[in-house]
Amino acid sequence: MALIDLANPTRFLTLATRVLPWLVGLTLALFAVGLYLTFFVAPDDYQQGAVVKIMFIHVPNAWLSMFVWGVMCVAALGTLVWRHPLADVAAKAAAPIGAAFTFLALATGSLWGRPMWGTYWVWDARLTSVLVLFLMYLGIIALWRTVEDPSRAARAAAILTLVGAINIPIIKFSVDWWNTLHQPASVFRAGGSAIDKSILVPLLVMAVAFTLLFLTLHVAAMRNEILRRRIRTLRLLQARMTNAGARA
Amino acid sequence: MTRKQRRLVMIAAAGGILVIAAALVLSALRDSIVFFNSPSDVAEKHIAPGTRIRLGGLVAPGSLVRGDNLEVKFSVTDGKTAMAVAYRGILPDLFREGQGVIAEGALDGAGQFKADSVLAKHDEKYMPKEVAEALKKQGHWKEESGKAAPVVSRPTNSAPPAAPKS
Repeated sequence: MALIDLANPTRFLTLATRVLPWLVGLTLALFAVGLYLTFFVAPDDYQQGAVVKIMFIHVPNAWLSMFVWGVMCVAALGTLVWRHPLADVAAKAAAPIGAAFTFLALATGSLWGRPMWGTYWVWDARLTSVLVLFLMYLGIIALWRTVEDPSRAARAAAILTLVGAINIPIIKFSVDWWNTLHQPASVFRAGGSAIDKSILVPLLVMAVAFTLLFLTLHVAAMRNEILRRRIRTLRLLQARMTNAGARA
Repeated sequence: MTRKQRRLVMIAAAGGILVIAAALVLSALRDSIVFFNSPSDVAEKHIAPGTRIRLGGLVAPGSLVRGDNLEVKFSVTDGKTAMAVAYRGILPDLFREGQGVIAEGALDGAGQFKADSVLAKHDEKYMPKEVAEALKKQGHWKEESGKAAPVVSRPTNSAPPAAPKS
């Protein structure tokens, strides 16, 4: 099937219904493997001890919080440049999921900071820029809900998404550009990963599991959004017909 | 040029302007975005006693002195300059000599830094205990105090070494 066929929401619905059970199964399987590796295979860290387990939840959530914004940016280009009908739906469906990942990254990071750094929260560049990301997700969700006409809401949200994309490199490089309490990047950095393989492999499995979780939730949310829009259109049609009947 | 291409070019141009604007704002705010100052920064900027700042660096090996009533004294170094710090309270678990720390407080008249909170920084390395020990045995271990530390790997300015403390 060519990508262009997916532009047709009906085709997407058929595909989504067929793919979703597999995605759910695959997600559950990877989480089972990932959590097993995390708690029974991965060794404790030489400095942090068992507290390092928080990393296996915190880091995938933090990666996903930025990845979802990236997905929304692609969708925003689809909305603004190609007027792709499915792009609006993809962008709208992704925002609450991204907000949830960002919230989890902040919350788990805070719980991790207390025993290791000695504080739940500081206003350093990394923590603050991620908080800004969370607020921007909330702003996008609010914008979708404020503008009633879906296609106008899509264009407004798309512009806000692209403007907000400037924050993603700021988050990524905040630990390099400024001195922060948060440590610099461990995995994606010049010179290779600074995490021992026995800890890195479980982390990557968990990252794949969380990415699959995102895909599952996103496809399901897109399907729901398409159905919601159909109901809206039907209701509008019905109201118009009732009005016309009353006037006749 | 089709309409689609025109829209793409417009978005790219707007994005370019946005990036330049953000870069200008961030470089203007540079001094307030940095979370802490290294001992060299503090010496260089001649920060007045009583001004609240955050001092970051490594706990100098051999400098830690524990007194009564949770009182501790240690010095924070960035490899060039060291600064004496006094603190009273509970230290984070990761606190030890050679560890990166950030102390918040102010200088007193005598050039000593009185901290009212001490946070520990941890580095980007994760490994099991056995690996850490094996590395130490083989002599591959880079003692944190040896190099200028991950904490201060990026000094905010490249000015010449700070003047000796008066």
